[in-house]
Amino acid sequence: MSLEVSIRKRLGEFCLNMEYTASDGIHGLLGASGSGKSYALKCIAGIETPDAGRILLNGVTLFDSERHINLPPQKRHVGYLFQNYALFPNMTVRQNVLCGLHYEKNGDRKKERFCRIVEMLKLASILEQKPCELSGGQAQRTALARILVNRPELLMLDEPFSALDSHLRLNLQMEIRDLLEKLQKEVILVTHSRDEAYHMCNDIAVVSRGQIVVHKDTKELFAVPEKIEAAEITGCKNIVAARKAGEHEVLVPEWGNLCFTVKDKVQDSLKAIGIRAHYFNTSTPMNRHGIHIVREMEEPFETILLFRYEGQEETARNVWWRIPKEKRPREFPGEIGIASANILLLY
Amino acid sequence: MAVDFYPLWNTLRISAVSCVLVFFSGIFFAYYIAKLPGILKGIVDVILTLPMVLPPTVCGYFLLLLFGTRRSLGAFLLQHGIKFVMNWYGGILTSAVVAFPLMYRTARGAFESFDPNLAYSAQTLGLSNTYIFWCIRMPACRQGILAGVVLAFARALGEYGATSMLIGYTPGKTATIATTVYQLWRTNNEKEALFWVLVNLFISTCILLLVNLLENKRKIRRAEE
Repeated sequence: MSLEVSIRKRLGEFCLNMEYTASDGIHGLLGASGSGKSYALKCIAGIETPDAGRILLNGVTLFDSERHINLPPQKRHVGYLFQNYALFPNMTVRQNVLCGLHYEKNGDRKKERFCRIVEMLKLASILEQKPCELSGGQAQRTALARILVNRPELLMLDEPFSALDSHLRLNLQMEIRDLLEKLQKEVILVTHSRDEAYHMCNDIAVVSRGQIVVHKDTKELFAVPEKIEAAEITGCKNIVAARKAGEHEVLVPEWGNLCFTVKDKVQDSLKAIGIRAHYFNTSTPMNRHGIHIVREMEEPFETILLFRYEGQEETARNVWWRIPKEKRPREFPGEIGIASANILLLY
Repeated sequence: MAVDFYPLWNTLRISAVSCVLVFFSGIFFAYYIAKLPGILKGIVDVILTLPMVLPPTVCGYFLLLLFGTRRSLGAFLLQHGIKFVMNWYGGILTSAVVAFPLMYRTARGAFESFDPNLAYSAQTLGLSNTYIFWCIRMPACRQGILAGVVLAFARALGEYGATSMLIGYTPGKTATIATTVYQLWRTNNEKEALFWVLVNLFISTCILLLVNLLENKRKIRRAEE
C-alpha cells in the first residue's frame, strides 16, 4: 500500500501546496480549521481538482496534471467518511449499506458480504431505521459499513468524531482504532484535535496554511514538535520568541532577556522556545526565575495559574502554569524553575 | 342555468400539460445553472426569472413575435400543421412560459439546500451520476420540488394576459376559465361570471392549502434532522 501526493491549488488568497507520502497504517493530518487538510482529502478523492501536481495510489495514477489524467471519484476506489457521515436521508440503514455493494452483481456473494459487515459493525438491530432516527454513534457505524463494504484501497476519515458527544468519543475512538487495525487498511484521518490524533494515529503530519510543516511518528511529534505550528497544535501553551545565546543556552527578549539552559544543542536558526504548561516546577533548581501570579483559573481537576516573569515586557502574554488541584501550593512561590529537557526548541 | 363546462376542462388540460413541461425544464435549468460561472449564471438567471415579474401581456407580445403565423418560426410550424395562435394548445405555451419561473426558482432553492456531501459520498462509493440525481438528490429535494410543481400549476390555471393575446377567446375552442370570466363580465352576464369566479377560487384555494401542507412537512422534517 502506498500513497503519493504532490499537489498545488490556488483559492484566492489561500494556497495549498502539499507533498505527502504514506504507506500502511493510520496516518493523521492535524491542523486548525481552514488549514486546508479537508481540501487535500477532497483532492485525493477526486471531488476537487488541483491546479497542478499528481496523486498516485498503489501505483495507479489518480491525477496527473502533466499527463492530463483526472479519474472521476467513481474510479478512484477511495473511501471518504464525511464529518456529518452523509447518509442518504431517504434510505434505511440497509439501503444505505447496500449502496456500497452496488458493484457486486452475484446475489450470494452480495448477501454474504452484507451479512459480514452488518455483524462486524453491529447494525442488525437498526437495519430498518432511517438516518434521522439514528444516534451519532449508530450513524457513524452505518457510514463506515457503507464504505468498508465498498472495498476501498484507501480510507479517509474527515473529522470522524467531532459530531459525537464527548463522553462517547473516547470509547468510539478505541473501537474504531481496533477495527481499522484488524482490517489492515491504509487510513488517513483528518482532525483538529490533538487528543484524537494521539489516540488514533501511528504518525502525524501537521498542516498549516496549506502546507505540511512536520511529518513524523506520533510520540515523537509530541516530544519534539520542531516547528512553532506543530508546538501550537499539539497544545503547547507557552511559545515565545527566542534566540541562541550559547551551545545550550537561549535568550528570551520578551521575558526581560531571561536566559534558559536547554538539553539539546541549539541551532543558529532558532525562532522560539515552547514550554508546556504542565512542566513548570517549584522544586527544580534548573532555570529558576522570579515571577508574580496575575490570575488563577479553576478547572474540574486542575488549576491554571497565569504568571509573569519579573521584568517581562508589557506586551508579552501571560505565562500558563497548570497543576493538579491537590498540588497547588498554599502560598505562591516567588520563583519557578523548568527542567532543561522540558524546553522545546522551535524552528 | 345550463353551464358549458368546456372552459374548466380546457383550463385543466392546459395547466396539466404545461405543468409537466415546466417540471422537466425547471429542474433541468435549476440543476445546470448552479454549475455555470458567476457572471453567466447571473445573466441567465435574470432571463429565466423575467416572465415572473413582467406583465403577462408583454410575454404574450414576445410569443406573438415568435409564433405569429406571419413570423418565420410561426410560418415554418404552420407548414407542418402546428399553429399555436388561436388554438387551445397555444395556451400550453403561454401558461408554461409564465409558470416556468415559479418552478425554476423553487427547484433551485431546493437544490441549493441539498447537502453536497451526499452527492460526493455517493460518487466515492462508485454510484453513477444519473443514479445519484434520481435516487438521492431528487428524493432529498422532493418536498421543495413538489411545492414548485403545485405553485406552477396554480399559476398556469390563472393565466390570462398572455393567453388572451395568443389564443384569444373562442367559446368551445380556446376558452379558459380566466378568459371566460372576462368575456361574461363584458357581456353583462354577471351571474355566470360569478359561477366561474367561484370555481376558480375553489381550485386555487385547494392548491394553496396543499402548498402550505407541503411546506409544513418540510419544516418538520428539517427540525427532525
